[in-house]
Amino acid sequence: MNLDIAASRREGAAPGKHAAAMKIAVRHLDFFYGNFQALKDINLDVAQRRVTAFIGPSGCGKSTLLRTFNRMYSLYPAQRATGEIVFNGRNVLDSGVDLNLLRARVGMVFQKPTPFPMSIYDNIAFGVRLYEKLSQREMDERVEWALIKAAMWDESKDKLKQSGMALSGGQQQRLCIARAVSVKPEVLLLDEPTSALDPISTAKIEELISELKNDYTIAIVTHNMQQAARVSDYTAYMYLGELIEFGATDEIFLRPNRKETEDYITGRFG
Amino acid sequence: MGSLYSRRVFVNRFNLAMSLLTMAFGLAFLFWILTTLFLAGFHAFSTDLFTQMTPPPGSKGGLLNAIVGSLLMAAAGTLIGTPVGIFAGIYLAEYGSRGWLAPCTRFINDILLSAPSIVIGLFIYEVFVFKVGHFSAWAGSLALALIVIPVVIRTTENMLRLVPDSLREAAVALGTPQWKVIVMVTLRSVRAGIITGVLLAVARISGETAPLLFTALNNQFWSVDLNAPMANLPVVIFQFAMSPYADWQTLAWAGSLLITIAVLALNVIARTLFRQAAPK
Repeated sequence: MNLDIAASRREGAAPGKHAAAMKIAVRHLDFFYGNFQALKDINLDVAQRRVTAFIGPSGCGKSTLLRTFNRMYSLYPAQRATGEIVFNGRNVLDSGVDLNLLRARVGMVFQKPTPFPMSIYDNIAFGVRLYEKLSQREMDERVEWALIKAAMWDESKDKLKQSGMALSGGQQQRLCIARAVSVKPEVLLLDEPTSALDPISTAKIEELISELKNDYTIAIVTHNMQQAARVSDYTAYMYLGELIEFGATDEIFLRPNRKETEDYITGRFG
Repeated sequence: MGSLYSRRVFVNRFNLAMSLLTMAFGLAFLFWILTTLFLAGFHAFSTDLFTQMTPPPGSKGGLLNAIVGSLLMAAAGTLIGTPVGIFAGIYLAEYGSRGWLAPCTRFINDILLSAPSIVIGLFIYEVFVFKVGHFSAWAGSLALALIVIPVVIRTTENMLRLVPDSLREAAVALGTPQWKVIVMVTLRSVRAGIITGVLLAVARISGETAPLLFTALNNQFWSVDLNAPMANLPVVIFQFAMSPYADWQTLAWAGSLLITIAVLALNVIARTLFRQAAPK
């Protein structure tokens, strides 16, 4: 491994033999909670129709980074970001960006399942109705399509009118994925989507992620390194707000360039 | 070890006994009030009570005009006060995170919440009754609305604050405009809690006397004209109970019992509703 490749890795260009077109380009990103700087000069590319995983110990800034991609942080007055996040040729950090349109293109699934207080059907139709006018028939088809995508159709097709809050935790999380998929976004952000779930639901959701990357660009934050190794094509290791190493997942896990990365993934630290 | 344990057992028993005693003390008075009301008022319960007007002393009658008047003014007060309260509560909880307006509003609302109701009655007398030139049910409803507003603001804000931010973020993450997040998701998830708050506000105003004394006054006769003085239970009770006539005093007891039962029922309904809403 020569130094040039190492340098290019740290620069953030997604390397490796299966290089893909980039979907999101992050350049010199700094992030602040009030006066506290949570991200320091982050540079990386998120590849199109691939899974990019963000790992690192608690507080390293991986969730914070994910929440800049759809400007979720803008809900909170004390949080701000500087730098560039280029998505579809535009810097999403610009003040003129229509946040609702951005978020319709960049979907998100959270750590805890968050079904809306309405029926399973309406949970999914809710997002679709925001930007599309569909006939009842088309909407039925879309709801079915989204539930099939999220591997939920078989267990929910007979109770679409029931409340989404009555489902089990794993089902609620898959409902949330169906909801995010239903509006056909270009990017899916998954913020520790399985940390509140049992192993069986986790396995289902991991299968789902492998399924979904055929159509979507996926960025996933996870505490579980095996999960990152299983589902992702690229992995970014972060520590204390800095991007320590970024590259193809098998490279990062088998031949990490940096000692810190190796210590973390082998469990000697963190 | 042994002595430490027995000491703890003793302290535990002592504290338990004291708290049971305190509870019994409080409950005893409540029970006393309820039995007195029941014994004095129940024998006046008859069909006359709900079909006849308030009588002159010495003749038979009921409380129909006062019951209807109270219902009308409570309804009008609630209808005026609830939307204002809910909108203000939404502002405080959902939009008020920046700037000075929300903390100011919250502070003033807290003052209004604990303002003596007689002050509210005098205020409406000064700015409404005096200007219009006569007492009216509208004035009474406005005074009641001023009592409803702070209660509803407080419960709406508190309920909305209970909604986890993760639910708001989930709705926002789909590209939902903020007003739609509030109407379709956050308000919806605390619907039962807000209805509970409104019911408690109704319970609160259905027994208020002071704000009506200076505004709706009273009326011996049947009237559903909101522009005229209107009979209402609290003021009728006040007047009849202070009178020297035994039949009026009996009617006052009956009216008191009626209000108590209504307020009790509202509280029970509110609590049941809230319990259904709570597990979310």
